[in-house]
Amino acid sequence: MTEETTVTEETQDVAHPMDDLLRMDRMPHIWCPTCGLGTVVTALALALGKSGIPLDDIAVVSGIGCTGRVAGYIKVDSFHTTHGRAIPFATGLHLANPKLKVIVVSGDGDLIAIGGNHFIHAARRNVDITVICVNNFIYAMTGGQVAPTTPLTANASTMPYGNFEPPFNIPHLADSCGAAYVARWSSLHVRRMTTAFAEAIATPGFSLVEVVTPCSTLYARRNRLGTGLDLLKFYHDNCEIQHGADTRSLNIDFQGKITLGKFIERPRPTFLDRLDNWYGQVFGDKYEPYVGDRK
Amino acid sequence: MKADPKGVLTGAHYLDGDHAAAEGALAAGCRFLAGYPITPSTEVAERFAARIPKVGGGVFIQMEDELASMAAILGGAWAGKKSMTVTSGPGFSLMMENLGLGIMMEVPLVLINVQRGGPSTGLPTLPGQADMMQARWGSHGDYEIIAICPSSPQEAFDYMITAFNFSEKYRVPTLVMMDECVGHMTEKVVIPPADEIEITPRKEYTGPPEEYLPYLPDKDMIPWMTKAGDGTRFHTTGLTHDEKGYPVMNADCQETLVRRLVDKIRTNADEIAILEEEEIDGADVVLISYGISSRVAIPAIERARREGLKVGSLRLVTVWPFPETRVRELAKNVKALVIPEMNYGQVYYEIERCAAGNARTVLVPHAGGWVHDVDDIYAGIKEGLK
Amino acid sequence: MPQDLPSPPESTKSKYWRKPLDADTVKVPHGELHIIVNRCKGCRFCVEYCPRDVLEMAEDFNVKGYHYPLVKDEVACVNCQLCEMLCPEFAIFCTQTEDEEEGGGEDEG
Repeated sequence: MTEETTVTEETQDVAHPMDDLLRMDRMPHIWCPTCGLGTVVTALALALGKSGIPLDDIAVVSGIGCTGRVAGYIKVDSFHTTHGRAIPFATGLHLANPKLKVIVVSGDGDLIAIGGNHFIHAARRNVDITVICVNNFIYAMTGGQVAPTTPLTANASTMPYGNFEPPFNIPHLADSCGAAYVARWSSLHVRRMTTAFAEAIATPGFSLVEVVTPCSTLYARRNRLGTGLDLLKFYHDNCEIQHGADTRSLNIDFQGKITLGKFIERPRPTFLDRLDNWYGQVFGDKYEPYVGDRK
Repeated sequence: MKADPKGVLTGAHYLDGDHAAAEGALAAGCRFLAGYPITPSTEVAERFAARIPKVGGGVFIQMEDELASMAAILGGAWAGKKSMTVTSGPGFSLMMENLGLGIMMEVPLVLINVQRGGPSTGLPTLPGQADMMQARWGSHGDYEIIAICPSSPQEAFDYMITAFNFSEKYRVPTLVMMDECVGHMTEKVVIPPADEIEITPRKEYTGPPEEYLPYLPDKDMIPWMTKAGDGTRFHTTGLTHDEKGYPVMNADCQETLVRRLVDKIRTNADEIAILEEEEIDGADVVLISYGISSRVAIPAIERARREGLKVGSLRLVTVWPFPETRVRELAKNVKALVIPEMNYGQVYYEIERCAAGNARTVLVPHAGGWVHDVDDIYAGIKEGLK
Repeated sequence: MPQDLPSPPESTKSKYWRKPLDADTVKVPHGELHIIVNRCKGCRFCVEYCPRDVLEMAEDFNVKGYHYPLVKDEVACVNCQLCEMLCPEFAIFCTQTEDEEEGGGEDEG
């Protein structure tokens, strides 16, 4: 991880367009060949660059796992926290300094299994954070164990005869808990993913983008699906874009059709909007708005 | 630096220990509390929730659990607010993992544990002192931490300020280990004017943002801190990390980091030690106690003294880092050290270690649920003199 | 795409099945590719998804032991940057050449 990257001479004279957004001194990153996470990082960096928000005002928080390492590669204030706790950590950052735009990037296991409780409550409260849930259908960092998103019948090291537990439908979960923005893309749909990140960041309140991403080393290998490239081809052939789809219809079956799109966009008062409005009503002029005094 | 008058409720009040601790936090400048209700600590959060909209510039949030509470205040502290949480036994267990993250990321914050009887759900409404070793070693891995034990509502107020000051000075989560008795006992609490309250400011980095190294230690081993949004665009992680805050997975980096995390507290143990001594000179036996037990011990000490026994008292306000120097010294000059605590031996074993055979050590145990019987402590003193 | 229209040509090099009405006024941008060879982990995403078939995999290995992309048809690049966006290693990027700045390559990922 600390080894120096040798960069070929002919490319050193031209700066990489994302030099200012990524910690290039940490490249190469730890992710496997044909993993989709690097693409997600690019899309996020592009969305941040285009958002118009000063990079100094952005914070990225990750939990643990392959996706947990995202925070370490994005050159903003970035926090690599404990397993499952990225959302409450981000909630603390945001509440203590509402000027910060806080983005959580973590995996399906981190956010939906061990961090599931925080996910639903942050959506319920409508805390103004953006959550990017990278879904590779498996616990990859630890070697391919079953996740709460593993499709039925898919093989995992702790479901050696195939998964018999029904998985979560993440957009439906976020929708039912009140998220202000819900979308799902695959890491192949890189421009739409970038747009979705930008929209999610611009939406006040709890916004969620699920990104279906290839894991070649564990998910694809265990299930004999080829490489990450084969999975991208699979997404190309089997993803269907259906904006506004009923989130109840978004289950993902093993090697079945994957519905992508922007499903929910409904801004509603955030936690801090409500806090200031309510205390304003209760205390009248005596109340000094919390967010008001920071803007 | 002096306290911000907005959070200081100057005057004489009749408060319980929990409420006094909340006032202490506000006086110290704490403006973010994330918590989860648990008896007997809830009143701290309730008081803070009621006061913060009036004080202004802060937030209280009741999180979904203690895991979230602890994680949220780490975020709050990194965003630049003095942050705290409060809990009791079962919640304390849940907070341990993220307490470790706070130690690793060197986050100034305060965690109050109003101790109740355990293990497990134990005695929610009744006192215990059995989380003392959990305070020291509860999170996995090797570290040093600061823990303070107030024994009255006034001390709950005063030592909350001390706890925040220690946490800022040493960049370490600081534990305030109260117990149910102190939390629920109501007494007079005098809150001084703001200009009489000394506040330790954060060790802020002021150099060029692009040159900032989040874990480059100063001569005192403590790195300079910035907050999210300051423009230093730093990275911090719970993984073993170098001066840049980047993960480095090798034994050398682990050695450098963990050694510094331990040494920054251990080498300052004498400075962090707050001890109250009484009639130590010439004593044959010294009673060492903390929290509510030190108050319960007073009648036993007085009774022994009335009988002509030479009994001194050492009250540990700081329990962690353990005030080793003083206890070692003391053990060489007395016959026995008597330790009443509401557990079956926790701080006792530290004292026994420091006594190193130079003095007898007598544990006066109590499983919790109520305070010690004065007679038991008196019997302990007699036992020490045998 | 309606069924009665002819299929796009086999080649990915955008041969028009009808001449666009504004073909005279639109300048096709041109991009210059930069490949950081030793960052590449050989996933082939860029080679596979380049809409102009600009890239091919090298026979050689980089220092990490992966085959890496080479530019096989420099002229064909229209600076759509899809390779740059898809590359999980931040190992390839595209800059627009100076002389042609109008228009912009768009391709949906």
